Order: sequence, then structure tokens, then C-alpha cells
Amino acid sequence: MNKSHVSLALLALLMLAGCASERFVLLPSADGRPGAVVVRDAGGEVALDNPYAATMRSVGGKTRYQSSVEDVQARFGEALAAQPPRPTSYVLYFETGGNVLTPGSQAALAGIRQEIADRPASEVMVIGHTDRVGSVEANDRLSLKRAEGLRDVLIEAGVAAGKLEAVGRGERDPLVATDDEVDEPKNRRVEISVR
Amino acid sequence: MIKAHWAALCVLLACSAQAAEPAGTIKVVKGSVSIERDGKKMPATVGSQVEIADRVRTGKESSVGVTLRDNTLLSAGPHSLIVIDKFAYDQTTQDGSMSIGIRKGTLSVASGKIAKRTPESVDFHTPTSVLGVRGTEFVVEVVGGSDE
Repeated sequence: MNKSHVSLALLALLMLAGCASERFVLLPSADGRPGAVVVRDAGGEVALDNPYAATMRSVGGKTRYQSSVEDVQARFGEALAAQPPRPTSYVLYFETGGNVLTPGSQAALAGIRQEIADRPASEVMVIGHTDRVGSVEANDRLSLKRAEGLRDVLIEAGVAAGKLEAVGRGERDPLVATDDEVDEPKNRRVEISVR
Repeated sequence: MIKAHWAALCVLLACSAQAAEPAGTIKVVKGSVSIERDGKKMPATVGSQVEIADRVRTGKESSVGVTLRDNTLLSAGPHSLIVIDKFAYDQTTQDGSMSIGIRKGTLSVASGKIAKRTPESVDFHTPTSVLGVRGTEFVVEVVGGSDE
């Protein structure tokens, strides 16, 4: 084999390696909580559990390395730039025993409407919650009723009905954890999630 | 009688909704981005729905951002092919599952509510590997992967 054949063979090998390479990088999470990714393949698994921990897989096997802000920006900058705006969530409270928002929540509504208008192809989840007084089924119905009430308020305020979805989550997702049958005003709320 | 008709219509709608339940919505489009569904290719625009079994493809100097119904954020760079293999999410119980394939290109992921609640029911996969996720953000690159 002459020299040019050797380099051709080497080139072919490099191209083959390039043909099937994969790369995984863990990023710091936006909320600052620790996260992890486990990458599994036929040869076993690699856990990435600190920011910028990375693994690269090619014909030669897997290599762990530490990536960086610059490396991620160079390889994934375009993908990251296309990331949709992060969903935001608001909690609105009602005056005791009615369907009237507190003055503070009434004021917050204007900001929420603006955000719905500003986001590209915005969608809004209106999520009703209850405390743990009453049965799970009754609270499912009550929470849905609360959510639908607020959905109607948003429609009246000019938000397109097609963007809105109302769901009742009942007593499943309390803001303040309590025993069953405990009266807790903070859990009687409606959450608006804009995405 | 009218009530019976409504009930029938509701059942019908519920069934069809299940058959083609939207998994998410396209929020960001740059350059040429298409959705392939049932063998047909259509251009993706901001507001397009992404359904189960859809393939989202980006061209040269193109990128796309999708928000799934559980608030998972997916965004792909140029020359990418992403497949929504599975997606289910119940807004009431917050139970769900998803399986997303990265056939080629680059994908960034900020995981959503399903990964937070039941991380074992979420996976992302490349031609050779499967990723398990624990409430987190990451990027994946597949160089020279399959075009299909």
C-alpha cells in the first residue's frame, strides 16, 4: 500500500467516524435545580450530572468530556436561538365566596392579557384548584367550574377563545400541603399558564 | 333527541381528538421548516400544530422551536430531523409519557411537566442511544444520521 492509499483509507475511516457521531451535553437548568441525563446504548450507560458534562459517541466508542458555554454556543447556537419563550404562570385569587377576583388579581389580569398578545402563537391553560374539603370528584367539578369562570373573564377581556383551555385539577396539586378536609384559602385558586 | 345527537357528536369528537391529538405547537420558525404527516410534506409556520408521528424537518440555515403541551421546549438547528414518536398528557392528573427521536442534526431540550412528575415515562433517542431525563435541559447532536 502506498502512502496515498494509506491516507485515503484513513480519510475513509475518519469520514465513517464522522458519519455516525453523536454528542450529548447537559446544560444548567433555568430554575437552577440540579438535573441529570443518562445516556444508554448497547455498550452501557453514562450519567451526565453536572452542567456541561458531555459525552461523545462515534465508531471508536464513547468519550466523556467537559464542554463549555463557548463549545455549546458553537455547535448548538442555532438550535438554542430557536427555543420558544419559556412558559410563565400566574396565580389569581378570588374574593371569599364568589367569582370576583381580588383587586390585586384584577390588576394582574391586564399584564396577563398583554403577555398573551405578545407571545407567538400563544396558548393559555386556565387551571382551577381547590382545597381538600369535600370529595375528590366534587373538587374536580368545583375546580373546573373555577377555571371555566376565569376563562370566560379572559374571553370577555378580548382573548380569543381558541387559545384558551380550562381544566380542573381538583385537590391534587395544592400550593400548601394539608390533611384531607382542611379549609385552606391559598389552595382555592386559579393558575394561568401562558405558553 | 337533540341531546342524544350531541352525545354521539361528543363521543365522535373525543375519538377523533384521540387519534390526532396535538402534541404541541410551533412557536418559532426560521428559514425552511416542514412537517411530514402521513407521507405528505407541508410547510411549518408559527402556530402550526405538531401531532404524534409527525416528522419535523429543517433545511439549510433553518431552525424551529416547538412547545409541547406539557411545557417541554424543543428546538432544532439546521439540517435536523425530529420525530414525535409518542406523546400523551392528561392536564387533570398531569400523567403522561413522551418519546422523541433525533434522527439527525441538533436539538435542544428544556424538559416539561411530564419529566418532572414521571421522568421514567420520558425518553429521547438517537440512532444509537436512549436518553433518560431527570428534570433538566440538554442538547443532542447527531452527525450524518439517517435522512428517514
